[in-house]
Amino acid sequence: MFETFELYTLQQYWWIIISLLASLLVFLMFVQGGQTLIYQLGKTETERSLIINTLGRKWELTFTTLVTFGGAFFASFPLFYSTSFGGAYWVWMAILFAFVIQAISYEYRTKPANFLGRKTYEVFLFLNGLLGTILIGTAVGTFFNGANFSVDKMNLTNIYDSAISRWETPFHGLEAVLNIHNVALGLSVFFLARVLGILYIVNSVNEENILVRARRQMWNNAVPFLVFFLYFVIYLLLKQGFAVNPETGEIFMEKYKYLHNLLQMPVVLILFLAGVAGVLYGISSFLFCRSRKAIWFGGAGTVLAVFSLLLIAGLNSTAYYPSLHNLQHSLTIRNSSSSHYTLTAMSYVSLFVPVVIAYIYVAWKSINNKPIEKSDLDDDSSHIY
Amino acid sequence: MTEAFDYSLIDWSRAQFALTAMYHWIFVPLTLGLGFIMAIMETIYVRTGNPEWKRITKFWMTIFGINFAIGVATGIILEFEFGTNWSNYSWFVGDIFGAPLAIEGIMAFFLESTFIAVMFFGWNKVSKKFHLVSTWLVAFGASLSALWILVANAWMQLPVGMKFNPETARNEMHNFWDVLLSPMAVSKFTHTISSSYLLAAIVVIGISSWYLLRKRHIVFAKRSIVVAAVFGLITSIFTILTGDYSARVVAQNQPMKFAAFEGLYVGQTRAPLVAIGVMSTSPEDPDNENIKDFVFKIEIPNFLSYMAFQDINAFVPGIRDLMEGNEKYNILSAAEKIARGKLAIDALAEFKLAKEAQDQAKMDEARQILDENFQYFGYGYFVDDPSRLVPSVPITFYSFHIMVALGMWFMMFFAIVLLLVYKGKISQSKFWLTIGIVNIPLAYIASQSGWITAEMGRQPWVIQDLMPTMAAVSRLDTNAVITTFILFGVVFTTLLIAELKIMFKQIKIGPKQEGGH
Repeated sequence: MFETFELYTLQQYWWIIISLLASLLVFLMFVQGGQTLIYQLGKTETERSLIINTLGRKWELTFTTLVTFGGAFFASFPLFYSTSFGGAYWVWMAILFAFVIQAISYEYRTKPANFLGRKTYEVFLFLNGLLGTILIGTAVGTFFNGANFSVDKMNLTNIYDSAISRWETPFHGLEAVLNIHNVALGLSVFFLARVLGILYIVNSVNEENILVRARRQMWNNAVPFLVFFLYFVIYLLLKQGFAVNPETGEIFMEKYKYLHNLLQMPVVLILFLAGVAGVLYGISSFLFCRSRKAIWFGGAGTVLAVFSLLLIAGLNSTAYYPSLHNLQHSLTIRNSSSSHYTLTAMSYVSLFVPVVIAYIYVAWKSINNKPIEKSDLDDDSSHIY
Repeated sequence: MTEAFDYSLIDWSRAQFALTAMYHWIFVPLTLGLGFIMAIMETIYVRTGNPEWKRITKFWMTIFGINFAIGVATGIILEFEFGTNWSNYSWFVGDIFGAPLAIEGIMAFFLESTFIAVMFFGWNKVSKKFHLVSTWLVAFGASLSALWILVANAWMQLPVGMKFNPETARNEMHNFWDVLLSPMAVSKFTHTISSSYLLAAIVVIGISSWYLLRKRHIVFAKRSIVVAAVFGLITSIFTILTGDYSARVVAQNQPMKFAAFEGLYVGQTRAPLVAIGVMSTSPEDPDNENIKDFVFKIEIPNFLSYMAFQDINAFVPGIRDLMEGNEKYNILSAAEKIARGKLAIDALAEFKLAKEAQDQAKMDEARQILDENFQYFGYGYFVDDPSRLVPSVPITFYSFHIMVALGMWFMMFFAIVLLLVYKGKISQSKFWLTIGIVNIPLAYIASQSGWITAEMGRQPWVIQDLMPTMAAVSRLDTNAVITTFILFGVVFTTLLIAELKIMFKQIKIGPKQEGGH
């Protein structure tokens, strides 16, 4: 089936998969958002334990999605992997450290003789939630605003200095924070993760005090989320974008490029609007109707909105990783992808994704079928963080 | 242009990868093996309904969980380090290497992480059978994760199933099955996985021995020992068989590494195997500090030729043959390979210029030269310093021999333990119980030595013969890599201390008392 597709079709297919994985990742970062609220929602040891235990049942799913996102990006667009990871070294390293300290914190926090003490692991969880979301959001912002790199594959033939991709600033990625538009996306992701974290916690924890505090926290986080998100989106739709001439591969600046992308791909526009509506409905149904199921609207809305934003970054002849150093070095899905054979082989693997989603759903239901409450923490036969 | 290459950048980048990989490998083998040991124990519980077996299973699950968390923490770094520190490599082989990595994520990691949640939190939420299936799926998911990353590693040692495309300046996959089923991939996967199972069996026996010596949890400890010793004996035999096969695959495909295994300087027919050897501290070859002779050795006659080629008359090339060439056995000298590699690299540059000039004839000519010499492409980077083609012989030799000796020893140990169990004397055998505890660090030493052998022995190659470390490394400031190296060192060491303290405490506490399902 896939082998009959044209290379460009496969490249688009894989951009769609990458965008989907990224959007699922942003949704699942409710774990990170929740981790930054442990002390704001939980005022006693028990309340905090409830929150940590309910988040702890999902952290690996987020983590695995991140790892799979990385693997799939490497496999489908390896030139991005070598250019961005090797270039924006400090940003990616900071993100990685933020996730390293998360992975052990749930398991080790309450274990006796845990060397660093319970508080330290809680600080680790907070740092993961803070840095993981802001930095990933800021890094993704460079998809729309560009980064300072150059790419010349023929450097391989210079035996003394053979690096293909080079970073052209000494700050190796840290300069991304100087662009307010990147940071706005980072902060949007951070506050969105907190909003989703609240919605997940109220869905999965049975504890009145936490529910009351959650409502107050929702105001504190939904408002800044909307401010940063609206700023990001409005600016994005009004700004110049990095367009590609599909005939020649030449990159040029186009006014209202991202707005054009939405209008020229009406399905994506509909997905985007539905996504934003879903998030807004999720927030308001919790705030005004006290709905505890709002995570499903908020979550689905997040997936749709992020998915469509990433689609307009790479599809419709757009350079998804623009080079500010030399516009013609920008990465597009055409010039950075794997070969036809590899994309075909992987496309067959991608057919397993529905199976994966199905068993994740079954396992999720079997564990989260009823909200966690205080009595669960005393249950000796359960694994408790 | 004769600028000197910044070797300190390569050395630090290698050091960082080695540090993170070795830390990761402290935790992975135990979880790989313990997964199956737990699954077997839980199966016995479900079959017999005896709550004691549930208690046993849950204790080992606690140990599993502590290791798994830190295995995940150290593992994420490795995936991204290919990009951050080996940027050229990511592009040059991304078309092949990326696919197994993505498959690993989609097929294996989700399987493992989804059912691990059921395994830990589902005792009272799902049926006994669903729980048991989840535990088995965790075990299989873990081993499946190992499959894909080992396929990728094997491809770096024996690049097959691809063709170099000068248009894109990279290798492109032509046959996925050749990549998946290459002899190197088969040997690497089977040997790594079976040795991990062996390590887990050693750890289970070691911890149980400690209980028996202290006369605590006697039933628990004896039952754990039975399961682990049977599992260990089977997997240790398998480890030795796959190890033998691995050595043969290396002999045929990475002759320099094989010569380093044995410290074989001058090649010979009827080559003896050095069973035990101590290397001289003074260099055998003053031009190359990596090459040293023995001050002492015990040899098994003819055995190396037999092990490598299953023929005692076979010629096993030594380091000198591989560097200086050996016409009789049709071995090219390093100088010849370097010249041909440089031809290939220059032809790639020519190809690009010809393409820009739209000169089809010149493109064809360049492409032909490139194709003819491509198998030596990586050697072209060594025009200035061919001595870098030789890996560190002492490190490779010692790590190889330590691994082999310990592997043999563990097999004997499992047999002895099983015999003692059979005779009903295990709880009284203080000597063997003490040995059981001592074996735990030895198993980790063997496991790490195996990777040191595999990875130091193939230096200077990131991809055998095609890409050396110096052409693969990201163009970073050395100080940046030193900084992250130190950060990793501090963070991972801190986490290791925490992990060990928690483990020791849990072992001290022992299995919890509780009722049935």
